Amino acid sequence: MTALLKDLTRHPSGRIGLITFAVFLIAAVLGKTGFTPYDPLIQDRIARLQGPSAAHWFGTDLFGRDVFSRLMDGIGQSFIISFFSVGIASLLGAVLGLTAAWFAGLWDGAVMRFMDVLLAFPAILLALLIITIFGPGTWTSVLAIAIVYTPIFTRVVRGPALSLRRRDFVDAARTFGSSRRYIMTRHLALNLVAPLTVQITLALAWALVTEAGLSFLGLGTQPPNASLGLMLSDARNLMEMAPWLLWMPAVALMLAVLSFNLLGDALRDILDPKTRRRLA
Amino acid sequence: MSLLSVRNLKVGFGPRPEENQVVHGVSFDLDPGETLAIVGETGSGKSVTSMAVNRLVDYGGGRITGGSISYTRSDGASLDLASAAESELEQIRGREIGMIFQEPMTSLNPVMTIGAQIEEIFRLQQGLTRAEAREAACKALERVRIPDAARRLGYAPHQLSGGMLQRVMIAIALASNPRILIADEPTTALDVTIQAQIMGLLSQMKRETGTGMIFITHDIGLVAGIADRIMVMQDGKVVEQGPLDKILDNPQHPYTRHLLSAVPHFSDGKSVRSDKASADRVLKVEDLSVRFPVRTGLFRKHTGNIHAVERVSFELRAGETLGIVGESGSGKSTTARAILDLVKPTSGVTQVDRTRIGGTEKPTQMVFQNPNASLNPRLTVQSILAEPITAVGRRIDEEAITRMELLLSRVGLPADSLTRYPHEFSGGQRQRVCIARALMLKPSVLVLDEAVSALDVSVQAKVLDLLIDLQREFGLAYLFVTHDMAVVERIAHRIAVVYAGEIVEIGDARELLANPRHRYTRQLIEAVPSLERRRAEYSIDSRAMPSLVRPIGFTPEVEAWLGAGEDHFYRQEA
Repeated sequence: MTALLKDLTRHPSGRIGLITFAVFLIAAVLGKTGFTPYDPLIQDRIARLQGPSAAHWFGTDLFGRDVFSRLMDGIGQSFIISFFSVGIASLLGAVLGLTAAWFAGLWDGAVMRFMDVLLAFPAILLALLIITIFGPGTWTSVLAIAIVYTPIFTRVVRGPALSLRRRDFVDAARTFGSSRRYIMTRHLALNLVAPLTVQITLALAWALVTEAGLSFLGLGTQPPNASLGLMLSDARNLMEMAPWLLWMPAVALMLAVLSFNLLGDALRDILDPKTRRRLA
Repeated sequence: MSLLSVRNLKVGFGPRPEENQVVHGVSFDLDPGETLAIVGETGSGKSVTSMAVNRLVDYGGGRITGGSISYTRSDGASLDLASAAESELEQIRGREIGMIFQEPMTSLNPVMTIGAQIEEIFRLQQGLTRAEAREAACKALERVRIPDAARRLGYAPHQLSGGMLQRVMIAIALASNPRILIADEPTTALDVTIQAQIMGLLSQMKRETGTGMIFITHDIGLVAGIADRIMVMQDGKVVEQGPLDKILDNPQHPYTRHLLSAVPHFSDGKSVRSDKASADRVLKVEDLSVRFPVRTGLFRKHTGNIHAVERVSFELRAGETLGIVGESGSGKSTTARAILDLVKPTSGVTQVDRTRIGGTEKPTQMVFQNPNASLNPRLTVQSILAEPITAVGRRIDEEAITRMELLLSRVGLPADSLTRYPHEFSGGQRQRVCIARALMLKPSVLVLDEAVSALDVSVQAKVLDLLIDLQREFGLAYLFVTHDMAVVERIAHRIAVVYAGEIVEIGDARELLANPRHRYTRQLIEAVPSLERRRAEYSIDSRAMPSLVRPIGFTPEVEAWLGAGEDHFYRQEA
């Protein structure tokens, strides 16, 4: 793990991605543990709609709440939802994809056709459907986003797993009498780490955007709690009067997405033993 | 005035081609009707040199950094191809300089009929109408001796065999009567009998058309039959060039001598091994058959079986090599895989003697053809060598590591190999890792499926020597599957010839190679190129192997065995 971090700092885009991501992660952790300059929920009628200043770095909103503090809280909220949803989606997708490729036949057909059905819905529409069924809330958002992205992970894993299964080193492993579990973990899963990692970083970025979209539509995080999408939604009406309300969460969202993409690029290079030596 | 005159040609790659040169000043001439063979191993720059002639090298990221390629056009004007503009080159490529590639399967568009692909050439280059082009295409196929040409025009590439496809490629290359034909390893991907046919065809074409040919190959034995002059390349330089007989009989440069001596040459059983195997039987295969179901139609109904292996029987003794030879699709690899349970045999018995050599858990092990594909790229050599140990439920302890180190040094790999990844090794070294892995559990039988076929010729010789050494040291029995007669002559004590799923001839290697009895064995041996066969006439026989698809319940008749000596048997021919 430390070796991976070291390699990341050596990789040009990895370094930028890692620093940006670290800044966001610290903000998220502090935001969720209450170490914010102001309480993100406390309203201050006197300090309404103030521009950025020394006291309020990112200004205040319509209710006089500190935007910087709310942003930290919102980033925390968005990160929690995307991490959990992508974690579930990737785990579920990897297991489904791997077993579909390995056992083939009926199981493969059943899994993949069900994934096709899920993929047939536009992502946001499917998420809306799930939320309508279960009612809005943090964990419903996690569930909805996880279900939306599971088919993508299943496909990303199944394709390479199918071709890996036919490679000579899998046949070689069979001649030694290696167990199915050993072949699936060492020969298949290990070779899938790289595509999966890249997919995870991309999915994290999409999940951030999807979560923001759901909150923007009022179906994700509920007021008075903060989230990036909700802050954008609130800022919409005050765009001309208080542009910082829009700018701050929008730029934060953009930078977070960018940092995941940069990290994904770097991880792809680092996790491949062929490109790894060249970087070192 | 020569047709092509290359002087001090330099080619480099990458953003700074001057610093990254792969061809360092090559000069040669080619006369009309002459065949120049460029011989060299992987990375010698032979392909790059030929690609520089028609400037296809520009599309591969290369750049000509010096020298000239003076080409005499049909009107006598001379043109320097090294500095010619792309528009001029387009007029020359395909029309005046044709090219044949190594892989006929990937050189043709899979979704177009071969007729459409040949007609295209005539329409584009000679401006023929559709009907005229069709007629010309048919003639072109007849010219390369494709039987039933008119019907084959409507075939898609996948419906034709590799040898037929290479003939189509030759037909396309010759369509516009080029003055120079570049053939880049045109037979490497083909079986030896098909190779002989293509070689025969190329020399007939050359005589009929007077085309100058540049023939690129790694197999110096192959050029004896076709070349007028030979150019030997190593590391981007020409080490020696001259007339065929002079190079073969009186090589001057040490590398040429090395190529001529290190490369296994086929010599009709004169150079088989003289050591003897022990009398202990370690493997007995009896009536092994493998059938694969054929399913057709919407409901995938079982309509027949592919009889891939049909009642194959043989025995193997400790310290003995049984060579299994045959062409692709003959069932030789399936036989090997069935013995290792990689495919399920339909019937038959495989007995392995487990009492010898410590009675290991896995007495048969396998080495595959392609070392790149048979090593997991994400594991270190230590993890790779550990796999057979963990597979039988043992721990990686001090003893296992000692065995790894012992085997690595035994197969000639550096001591620090354990922590390295497969891609850090060359092809030959990777195959050594595979051999070490197969020996981890002290097996008594090693199945080698084309184990040296993917390696460069001089590497091939070294790996063969290593295998022979290991066999003597550990008393291993080898089942050596190969299509290469020269290789099998070097390593086998006994040989089994497989044709259409059956063993048609089996026996002592020297006996069998010197006095082949079965028609197919004779055909196989006649097809092998060798240094002795200069400007040989290879007969063109386009008979294909019979189809192995049979209806359900079909039991093929097996012809009786005839004896031809103490240890030499062959099938009676119908």
